[in-house]
Amino acid sequence: MQNGKTVVIGVIGADCHAVGNKIIEHALKEEGFNVVNIGVLSPQEDFINAAIETNADAILVSSLYGHGEIDCRGFREKCNEAGLKDIILYVGGNLVVGKQDWKEVEKRFLDMGFNRAYPPGTDIKLSIKDLKKDLGLEE
Amino acid sequence: MDAILLIDFGSTYTKLTAVDIENEEILATAKDLTTVNTDIMIGFNKAYEKLMKNIGERKVNFVKKLACSSAAGGLKMVAIGLVPELTAEAAKRAALGAGARILGVYSYELNKHEIEEIKSKKPDIILLAGGTDGGNKDCIIHNAKLLAEHIKDVPIVVAGNKNANDEIEEIFNNAGLFYKITENVMPKLNTINVEPAREVIRSIFMQKIVEAKGMKNAENFINGILMPTPAAVLKAAKILADGSDKEEGIGELIIVDIGGATTDVHSIAKGDPSKPGVTLRGLQEPYAKRTVEGDLGMRVSAVSLFEAAGTRRIKKFAPNTPYDVEERCKFLQQNVNIIPQTEEEYEFDEALGMVATEIAMERHVGTVESVYTPMGIIYSQVGKDLLNVKYLIGTGGVLVHSRNPEKILKAGLFSMESPNYLKPTNPVILVDKTYILSAMGLLAEEYPDMAVRIMKKYIVRA
Ligand code: B12
Repeated sequence: MQNGKTVVIGVIGADCHAVGNKIIEHALKEEGFNVVNIGVLSPQEDFINAAIETNADAILVSSLYGHGEIDCRGFREKCNEAGLKDIILYVGGNLVVGKQDWKEVEKRFLDMGFNRAYPPGTDIKLSIKDLKKDLGLEE
Repeated sequence: MDAILLIDFGSTYTKLTAVDIENEEILATAKDLTTVNTDIMIGFNKAYEKLMKNIGERKVNFVKKLACSSAAGGLKMVAIGLVPELTAEAAKRAALGAGARILGVYSYELNKHEIEEIKSKKPDIILLAGGTDGGNKDCIIHNAKLLAEHIKDVPIVVAGNKNANDEIEEIFNNAGLFYKITENVMPKLNTINVEPAREVIRSIFMQKIVEAKGMKNAENFINGILMPTPAAVLKAAKILADGSDKEEGIGELIIVDIGGATTDVHSIAKGDPSKPGVTLRGLQEPYAKRTVEGDLGMRVSAVSLFEAAGTRRIKKFAPNTPYDVEERCKFLQQNVNIIPQTEEEYEFDEALGMVATEIAMERHVGTVESVYTPMGIIYSQVGKDLLNVKYLIGTGGVLVHSRNPEKILKAGLFSMESPNYLKPTNPVILVDKTYILSAMGLLAEEYPDMAVRIMKKYIVRA
């Protein structure tokens, strides 16, 4: 039961945490998504190129090692350059180092052009619900 | 005696190889200048006379005559894809593996200027790709429309997003183009699928290109011009590595062919990371991979070789050469028929061969980058890891006629000076002394077991 939507996922930057990435792939597939997993150690360009070739509807970026902010800068602008004007961008994992106020962190990522950002320990099932909503698959 | 005649209509020489099929031996070889501008059979007949002289008294009956060709510019192709690093690269690799000379690689939606450029390059075949299966189809359809509108007389191979095929079929049928649709060169992201496109390119080569290049009359005498010469070399390499039904292969190998104009590298190897803890990134590599370096050559491309390498890098291999490196390269480019005579000339040519080998190998093999973390170093690999490949084989005029092919080929080995290039560390070095690789690729079409056995016998330690 494919739902007809394609999602690119991967772990951005010099980040090699591979476990969560596999879990996300599995969870999305169960919900009927066509998952294009570019894996760990992925630069922004690889996400964008993958989304172009596969005509993706959304990109889910993971960052676990604490350098998420630097790695994600300019992502939305590059998507716009590449013609991916309305693509949905989510980001999650352990986005920053140490205990910081989540509301502030979230705001910084939303200002960067991400549609949604998720704090550490988010249940991926909840994010998938959001995704379905944002893609018009669910109310 | 029953024999097979194998013919290579090369860009300069028409080379003949006669194989005794009872004793599985090379009876004789001979060559003469290729005469594609007048009648291809003139040069062939001259070479044939020499061949018969070399065979001597024995009576031979050629039961099969098979040919490959790189005459009249070889098979010239343009590859079109969507993203440069993805489907455009996959299309380029498919065309290279089919034995083509790549005139240009284009990506994203073409504009009128690019269409004009493609037209003016006069390709023999255009390979059109773009999008994974189920992925983007706007781009390939846009490009198909432009091609249909502006380029009427070039055969097109379509190997892109399968969901676009119906529409493309309609566009090309309406425009009356000659085209063939085959499987996507990149059906899934980073997964490469080049064999179906290669086969279709080859069939169009046999069906249309041979005739277009004025070689049809050769087919009255021979059983067929089966493929472009580089495709025959790749075929020989593959069957030598993998073996045939009855004959075991020798395992993973690399072939280096240094020429006057280009340096070709073929690798038959999986190329997976050989060390633990290495993450593989990027577009998958073909198991049988060919790269062509148009700027690395001993004569026609001597100046571009100089530009790529620079004086110091060339002098690394000939520290005491009396020549000014740049001047000598210019001289060689202007005098392409020079054959080295003196010790200094030999030394300089050898150094050029070594630099060409070194750079061509660097461009062919994969690279590994280290990512530093407090946990230690982790590695990310792009391309093929060829560290443990068993054989490195030299072919082509420069290496075959060199006094010291092993020394030249060793310039292509792994070096601690640039440890991120995954070049072979300790392969056995062999030389195609009798210059039979392309002939064996042809022989393998009909007698694969025999082709493997003959190569094992004639391709020898340097
Ligand atoms: C195993 C591990 C490693 C292994 C990784 C092995 C591998 N190849 O996978 C090794 C030992 C190599 C490693 C190295 C490092 N690690 Co580490 N590692 C961990 C550890 C213990 C578990 C990670 C894991 O697999 N979790 C299980 C999976 C299922 O959870 P997850 O990865 O969080 O993913 C889930 C969610 O985050 C979410 N999610 C993830 N991405 C996204 C994206 C979106 C859009 C959404 C909606 C949700 C979402 O869904 C996922 C599935 O449920 C964590 C601590 C922890 N308990 O989380 C530290 C941790 C992630 N590592 C950390 C660090 C600092 C490092 C190192 C820099 C050095 C170090 N001090 O260890 C290096 C970095 C290496 C590199 N270049 O990437 C820190 C990160 C700190 C921060 N961000 O503030 C952590 C949190 C430990 C800590 N508390 O200090 N690490």
